[in-house]
Order: sequence, then structure tokens, then C-alpha cells
Amino acid sequence: MRSLSLKATLISAMLFLVFIGAWHMATLPKESLTLSTADAEYTALMGKGAEKSGGFPPPLEVGKAFVKYLSDPFYDHGPNDKGIAIQLGHSLARVGLGFFLAVLVAVPLGFVIGMSPLLLRAFDPFIQVLKPISPLAWMPLALYTLKDSNVSGIFVIFICSIWPMLINTAFGVASVRRDWINVARTLEVNPLRKAFLVILPAAAPTILTGMRISMGIAWLVIVAAEMLVGGTGIGYFVWNEWNNLALPNVIFAITMIGVVGMLLDMIFGRLQKLVTYRE
Amino acid sequence: MSAHFLIVEALKKVFPASAGAVNPPVFEDIHFHIDKGEFVCIVGHSGCGKTTILNVLAGLEEATAGDAFMDGREVRGPSLDRGVVFQGHALMPWMSVLGNVAFAVKSKWPEWSKEKIKEHCTGYLEMVGLGHAIHKKPAELSGGMKQRVGIARAFAIQPKMLLLDEPFGALDALTRGTIQDELLKIVQATHQTVFMITHDVDEAILLADKILLMSNGPHAKIAEIVEVTMPRDRTRAGIHHDPQYYRIRNHLVDFLVNRSKTYAGAETGMFHDPRNPPLVQPGLDGERAPVLTLASDKSATSLKQIVNH
Repeated sequence: MRSLSLKATLISAMLFLVFIGAWHMATLPKESLTLSTADAEYTALMGKGAEKSGGFPPPLEVGKAFVKYLSDPFYDHGPNDKGIAIQLGHSLARVGLGFFLAVLVAVPLGFVIGMSPLLLRAFDPFIQVLKPISPLAWMPLALYTLKDSNVSGIFVIFICSIWPMLINTAFGVASVRRDWINVARTLEVNPLRKAFLVILPAAAPTILTGMRISMGIAWLVIVAAEMLVGGTGIGYFVWNEWNNLALPNVIFAITMIGVVGMLLDMIFGRLQKLVTYRE
Repeated sequence: MSAHFLIVEALKKVFPASAGAVNPPVFEDIHFHIDKGEFVCIVGHSGCGKTTILNVLAGLEEATAGDAFMDGREVRGPSLDRGVVFQGHALMPWMSVLGNVAFAVKSKWPEWSKEKIKEHCTGYLEMVGLGHAIHKKPAELSGGMKQRVGIARAFAIQPKMLLLDEPFGALDALTRGTIQDELLKIVQATHQTVFMITHDVDEAILLADKILLMSNGPHAKIAEIVEVTMPRDRTRAGIHHDPQYYRIRNHLVDFLVNRSKTYAGAETGMFHDPRNPPLVQPGLDGERAPVLTLASDKSATSLKQIVNH
């Protein structure tokens, strides 16, 4: 088992090196050999060194961007120039708040719907129609009614995280083993105790799965939402750097989005493991 | 009539059919009673509604017609007065063994302190031989141990009556034997009133005072009540030395293999009053024993196949 993970790590490292190598080779500057003397003179006159290339940034340049941003993640030089940690912090705060509000709505509502076959059917058409709507499609409505871009961003996160949690909670609650419910019934357990001590733990793994899916979607959506809304956040950062044509920074930001997304998923994976029971 | 502890009158169950059709009742005209401290087993083929009867007594299901009274009060909905041991142990896997029993105990006596609950639960878990495993999760236990926890949980709330739905059905023969012994000991000590479903004829003879024989469904009825006339202090090791044992066993096997069908349906020609099913004591009529012992060995094996399919 250990040797397996060791081998896997080794291969991962190799893949990474091959990727960087290929990238490096592909972005080698087209040598000034092609430039005639006149062209070279012209570029010199224009103040552009020969080492400047306008193409896709090579790994080294991106590496520099990594070093630059990671060495000082918390600086704040005005609205358009903030450290990466601050940008990510804004995004995470939006995601966290929107997600938290979604939990507050989706879990209790899903619980009630899951307990009642009647309500499950009654709510089903709404859920089915609302679920496939791209969360960004809500943005105009949100901006118009909420009149605040920041709140609108949070609303978009809220609306996109609510469905997987709602559906999973309802499903988890509805499919709690009949035996456990019957045990609670024969023990004349009061409804509140039954809900918290029997149904909730029984449905918890399914609910957590819903949360994990929701968090994944929320993290996907926040980048797009912040590109639209602007101001702060990792999505805005990407868009801003694109407008600056600073591709190394864009690549750096993309990597950060991936890493944070992975960390979020890992956290929920842990939580899921915590509530999962073996039968 | 009010002298009996549990009275079941004219119980009938019809399951809703799909698309307008009318299902025949699974069972109807079920009359029987259980006295305090009595151990009653119900035996019959699959599909005759044994589990439904038990669920009605537990208050988990409603009968289509008929009533059940326990201790002078009508059975309406589940109650802590009736402890149930489910077929598939039904332990909550996220709670420890102790937690499962404590959950039941706390439901019965919410005002008890933590220490008192723990002490009470530990006592019952020790009674079923699980004192060493109280902090384990059900997933860490074997099937037999899980079922013991289920039994401890049912006993721990000190119900007026215990309902057992084929509690040992899923266990291997050796484990089943051990737990039967334990149950026998506990019941002999506590004089608990018990109603139990079983497919196992030997188990019924070992444990029961009375065995209700059900005819096949639909229209299942209680065909006969067999009184187990052997002394109450039986043991699994000694029971087959009692000459009554084989007579009773043969009678039961004979019923299940041959006669249970003839009671089925209303077309039966023989006279049978479901209100007063015949009470028989096959253990006491000595003359038919020798012939049947040889003949029924074969039917016993075929019965096992029928019953344990």
C-alpha cells in the first residue's frame, strides 16, 4: 500500500515535470535570428528588449508571478491591487455566506419535504424547473431587486448551492430505514428527538454529499459571478489581470482557484467521513 | 374474558390492491388471547400474515377490522408497554451498543440521570452476555451479538409484553441455539409475557407455552392452538429426551406439511370455529407416537426446506 502511494507520487511528479518541460519548450522565444539588423535596431529604438516576447508566458515567468504573489499575500495597494490572500478571502467570504444561508434554508426545508411524501411531490416540479437554471441567469434579477452587487454575488451563490442540498436532504430523509423509524415509534420518541437522534444521523451522509456538491458548484460559480460583479475577489482578479494582459498572473490565479477548490472539497470529504456509519 | 392479558378479536387485514382490484384478506377472523407471563409462539407458512399480526399488536400497522386489547386497553399506536425485537436487529449503526440501549431507556424514563441510565443499560447488556462490548459500534459485532443487543434493548424498557419477530431467523444454527438458551433463561427468570413469530418448530417447542398454528394465506386463520405440556424448566440439551417432545414436534410438522393447506380458504368442508380454535395437547396422547416418529423424519427435512427457503 505504501509503495503504491509512493509510486503514484513519483509518477505525479514526473507528469508535472513533463508538463512544465513541454510548456517551456513550446514557449521558447523565437530567437532574434529571424530579425534583420534593421528590425533589431527598430525594436531597440522602440525601447523593447529582445528578451521581451509577446507570446504565451513561459513557465519561468509564471513562476515569478507565483513567487511575487505568494511572498506577500496580504498587501493592499488600492482597489485594483490587492494581495492574493485578500482576493481569495473576499471570494471565500461570499461563498461561505451564500452557502451558509443556503444550508439554513435547504436542510430544514429538505427535512420537511423528505418527511412528507405529499410535500415531496408538491415541491418536485419547482425544484425540477429551478435546479437547471444557470445561477448567473439570476444575476440581472438579483442586481435589480437587491441593488447591491456584493449582495447579488452572495445571492447567486445561495441560489446555486441550495438545490443539491435540498434534493439530497429530502432524499436522505425520505429513505431512512423503516426499521429505525419503527424503533423510534415503538419507543414513543417525541418528534424532535426522533428528528435529531434518528433521522438526522441516518440521513447525515446523504446530506453531507449534497453539501459537498453544493460547495463545488458554489466555488465554480463565484469566479464567474465576480467577473460580472467586479470589485474584489479571485474572479475579479482574473478578469482584471486579463484586462492588463498579464497572463502569468491569470495562470497563477487559475492555479489558486484550483487549489482552494480542492481544499474545500477535502474539508467536506473529511466531514462526510465523520458522519458516515458502517452498517 | 377480561381476565386475559392480551385479547385479539376478529382481526382481519386486507392490503390495498393496485388498480381497482380487490385483494383477498391475508388473514381474517383471528381470535386468540395471551395470559400474563405466557410465552406464545405463532407458526405458519410465509404469507399468512404473522408479521402483520405482530405489527398490529406493536401498533405499527393498522388492521382492516378487528381489535386488540392489552391489559384492558385497546392497542392504538405504538407504546412503550410493548417492546419489539425486529427481524433485522434494527440497531442504529451510528450509536454504540450502550447508546442504542440507552436511547430506549431514556425514552422510557426521560427523567433518569446519565449514570442511572448507564447502570440500567449495562445490567441488561450483561444479562445477554455483552458486558464487554458496550462501547462497540454495531458494525463491529457479529449477527448474533447484534440480535442480543436488540433483545437487551427490548427488555431494558421493561415492557408489559415483548413482541419478537423471528428474532433468530438470520442467525446460524449454533448461535441461534445459544441465544435461545439465553432467552429461555431470561424469560424463566422474569416471567415476561412474550409473543413470538418463528419458522423453527424446535424453537417454538423449546420456548413456548402455547403455539398458534396458522393456516396458509390468503384467508389465513388460526387453525389450532397447541399447548406445550412439557414442564416449564426445559433446557435445549434435555428437551429431546422427553417423550412428549416428539409427539408435539410431529404434530406441528404434520400440520405445516400436510394440514395447513386444507384450512385455507372458505371452501374448507370441515367444521372450524375460528373464535374457538381447537386447543390440542399432542404431548399427552401417547398412542400415536411410535408410528409417526419414523414417518416424520422425512417430512421434517422437507419442512425445513419449505420453511427456510
